[in-house]
Amino acid sequence: MVRHPTAKQPPGNPGAPSGDKTSQARRKFLAGMAGAAGSGCLLALGMGLYAGQARALPGQALRPPGALAEADFLAACIRCGLCVRDCPYDTLKLAPLGDPVPTGTPYFNARAIPCEMCEDIPCLKACPTGALDPKLTDIHQARMGLAVLIDHETCLNFLGLRCDVCYRVCPVIDQAITLEKLHNPRSDRHAMLLPTVHSEHCTGCGKCEAACVLPEAAIKVLPQGLAQGRLPEHYRKGWEEKEKHGGSLIGEQVEMPVRGLEGKAYGDSRVSTPPPPAETAPAPDNAPGGLNSRWKP
Amino acid sequence: MSQPTRPGQDAIAVKGWLRAHQWLLLRRLCQSGILALFLAGPWFGLWLVKGNLSSSLTLGVLPLTDPYLLLQSLAAGILPAGTALLGAAIVLGFYLLVGGRVFCAWVCPVNLITDLAAWGRRRLGLKSGRSPDSRSRYGFLAGTLVAAAATGTLAWEWVNPVSLAHRGLIFGMGAGIWLLLGIFLYDLLLVSRGWCGHLCPMGAFYGLLGRTALLRVAAPRRAACDDCMDCFNVCPEPQVIRPALKGVGQESPVIYSPDCTTCGRCIDVCGKQVFKLTHRFDQRSTS
Repeated sequence: MVRHPTAKQPPGNPGAPSGDKTSQARRKFLAGMAGAAGSGCLLALGMGLYAGQARALPGQALRPPGALAEADFLAACIRCGLCVRDCPYDTLKLAPLGDPVPTGTPYFNARAIPCEMCEDIPCLKACPTGALDPKLTDIHQARMGLAVLIDHETCLNFLGLRCDVCYRVCPVIDQAITLEKLHNPRSDRHAMLLPTVHSEHCTGCGKCEAACVLPEAAIKVLPQGLAQGRLPEHYRKGWEEKEKHGGSLIGEQVEMPVRGLEGKAYGDSRVSTPPPPAETAPAPDNAPGGLNSRWKP
Repeated sequence: MSQPTRPGQDAIAVKGWLRAHQWLLLRRLCQSGILALFLAGPWFGLWLVKGNLSSSLTLGVLPLTDPYLLLQSLAAGILPAGTALLGAAIVLGFYLLVGGRVFCAWVCPVNLITDLAAWGRRRLGLKSGRSPDSRSRYGFLAGTLVAAAATGTLAWEWVNPVSLAHRGLIFGMGAGIWLLLGIFLYDLLLVSRGWCGHLCPMGAFYGLLGRTALLRVAAPRRAACDDCMDCFNVCPEPQVIRPALKGVGQESPVIYSPDCTTCGRCIDVCGKQVFKLTHRFDQRSTS
């Protein structure tokens, strides 16, 4: 807003001193109000942008290795970008204003450029504030996120094919991702080898997501809070307690007979392997137990 | 709209264009030089300085960290650790010595924007009495620290135009460009020196550092002043000049106000060569 002092107060106007004072006071008051309003607008703008960004970190944004828990990270990271500079693979970037990630903080998108898990963790060493925790010295202990085989409908291995790419590229192969063998009910004569992620070993580097051959990855690395469930603190697994205790904690259990599983230990409902083909020709009366016992009511 | 103001015509006539702009040129050289040091890495692969004004590493040995950011971090409940503390101590020491707001005039990238706005305002003859109290910035400064404490994050750093501008130039601006455009328009159309002179909490912080600074502008030849008002018109913080130049409330010709950014424009534009850059204890008045 432009004021026109000449219009209201022509120069040389011999106004009474008291009038000048009133006008000055009014001007000062108006100026103060305008200032307050201006500050208010700026503050509102700031808060608006803040509210827009205050949501949780979006699912596809991963923090560098060693990053403190998100709440602490946002207090400790001073947005200098030294980690970005020391990443040899240009994996990390700083979020510009308008990104869904808090302004100026470092993150990476696994599908674009995953973390290569450098043994010396240069990004962490570059951090001047400890927002990337220097206590992390073994990159295998990093937890940038957790890989999740998120789409069982399109994963080629779930379709019974042998893709295995996520498994092959995993830097912690056979620990963070294993292939679990399962019967393929579609062909009934093949196995499905299902890539299975183990949170105990997965660092969240994102190489699996980057390498997934599908146009949209079936395996994705998510922030741990998004990827993992949590059991209630008071839950105990009966079978573990039983083993620890060396027997049932609540005394002997009544054993009910299960039809077709006679002769097996109580609780053992595992299907026995079918007999070799030679013996299958005529079904003898003493057919093997289990679900394929061909027993009919 | 009133007449455009072009301070410094006298000075150009008396001293020549170059000497009437020497501090301005030096300052622009310093600002762009610092920016060039930061940009040489990402643009030309010449990694002399890494990082940005929030925290940087020069030649792989010298850490520098913005103490204001560390203060926010502290307010957010994190005890800063590591080289950031050393870096902040170095920066603190430097500005305590040479004057906190030297940062504003000689380093801060937003200064280029607000100086341009102020120049445009003078040339277009835009005038307005609307300006927030120049102490609003201290309220703002307190506000940013309260916000950090309340949210447990560096809340102000989501939008801080100073760090945002510098980081944006080096790492990518994003929507930050609109924020900076907003500041430009605010300074140009609404309030003279609105951002730097009244609101910026970062400037307020550095101002607080400058209370004991050694490097000061003084008006030793104030007897020669012919009240042409050029220095007032060009000064980003005009309220700092009067006590020293007119001896209001002080005998000394030294500008003690921590609001003074030591930009040296008053020295440039004065045809009577009233001002000079000196130290805090230089009480000489020459005629």
